[in-house]
Amino acid sequence: MTPADVDASIRTLVEPFNKKGIAIEDATTFAGDFEFDSLTVMDFVAAIEDEFDIIISMNQQAEIENWGQLVAAVHKLQDS
Amino acid sequence: MATAMTETLTAAEPVDLLSKFDPIIQTRETLLAAGVEDPFNLVMEEVLSPTRAICNGRDTILLGTYNYMGMTFDPDVIEAGKRAMEDFGAGTTGSRVLNGTFRDHRDVEAALREFYDMDHAMVFSTGYQANLGIISTLAGKGDYIILDIDSHASIYDGCAMGKAEVVPFKHNDVEALEKRLKRIPEGAGKLVVLEGVYSMMGDVAPLKEMVRVSKENGAMVLVDEAHSMGFIGEHGRGVAEEQGVLDDVDFIIGTFSKSVGTVGGFCVSNHPKFEVLRLVCRPYVFTAALPPAVMASSATSIRKLMHGGNKRAHLWENSRTLHGGLKALGFQLGTDTPQSAIIAVIMPDLEKGAMMWEALLKEGLYVNLARPPATPAGMTLLRCSLCAEHTADQVQTILGMFERAGKAIGII
Repeated sequence: MTPADVDASIRTLVEPFNKKGIAIEDATTFAGDFEFDSLTVMDFVAAIEDEFDIIISMNQQAEIENWGQLVAAVHKLQDS
Repeated sequence: MATAMTETLTAAEPVDLLSKFDPIIQTRETLLAAGVEDPFNLVMEEVLSPTRAICNGRDTILLGTYNYMGMTFDPDVIEAGKRAMEDFGAGTTGSRVLNGTFRDHRDVEAALREFYDMDHAMVFSTGYQANLGIISTLAGKGDYIILDIDSHASIYDGCAMGKAEVVPFKHNDVEALEKRLKRIPEGAGKLVVLEGVYSMMGDVAPLKEMVRVSKENGAMVLVDEAHSMGFIGEHGRGVAEEQGVLDDVDFIIGTFSKSVGTVGGFCVSNHPKFEVLRLVCRPYVFTAALPPAVMASSATSIRKLMHGGNKRAHLWENSRTLHGGLKALGFQLGTDTPQSAIIAVIMPDLEKGAMMWEALLKEGLYVNLARPPATPAGMTLLRCSLCAEHTADQVQTILGMFERAGKAIGII
């Protein structure tokens, strides 16, 4: 999958969690813009993990603040 | 030169490291400004029994102390502690691995081995330190810890201290656990961390299935049985015993500050290399050992819990009566059925929760007000924990208090 494919796929996955219909750019943050609480983060991460058959550990999650970083991390994880 | 130096010093704005807690200070001030008695500043001026105390000046029934088996005032437990204090002094002033292992530290570990019928037992100063020490020592950098998202703070802190990769899964979801186990890189060390009873909602874990999938996928398993010791399972060894998987659990973590009625934490195990942990576990090595009186009281209490069948039966009776009664009154509870000695009453929000907590206190009932981040899903809970020493009459009195307070606050 190319980074663009990963981006498109995660865009579909985030829809049910993006209740306020936030416009997504690479700099869009999960805590500040999406206002995800810890439970939403868990469900969203689980959806991505199941879709790509990967693990995003809490240690890795701590490094991911915005959309661009998430796409890059998932792209790297699904490659390895 | 000197002038320049002074200018540099005065120019630097000091950063108040406490200002990051301003939102918490604000929430607390708002709550107290509404005239509510401070839920996190209660004082017990006198403790009359395991179930009664003078709290903030009022005679109060205790329904939030984790004193499940009522051992705090057991005459044998008190006598053993008194004798040890007279014979061995007030404290140890030292680490377990230096000058802090007295006769009774050895004896309480023997009592734990008898209680669990296991080969090894290691006592820590608190249950928090037992989780912190064992988890951080077992799983280090490059290892994986797979844990229930609702795990206790001491478990998360142990994970962070050990620097392992932490992989949470949805609460009590066996399939989510299994999926994650299968995705962990080949050859990596894996520790699955579970709890027997989850203390916020009082629900029990499906350990039978979870331990099975963990073992099938080559993981070691640690179960925290803090809230089940003494009254769940045939010998009171906890949920793993009740569900028939105790032999497949590698490490059981427990505490003395609940059913045992004292303070301290422990780990029991049949692992042949277990004793090495005494040398490498920092929260065990770099802290003072518990006072001898605490050790002697704990050993006596643990051995008495082995024969606590009648008390256990009464505790379950209390749990069923309170759960059924609260449900009938129309309260929303954490579990559909009584699964443990904890019954969580779900509040609509923090404000109503604090009002209800205060109304109950004025009725003469103490429960725990639990709120995020301790609670799952941002809930506010009034958490009740029953004691084997609560009489059937007290439980009825408690239900009456809940009914009056709930109606006054408008929750039922």
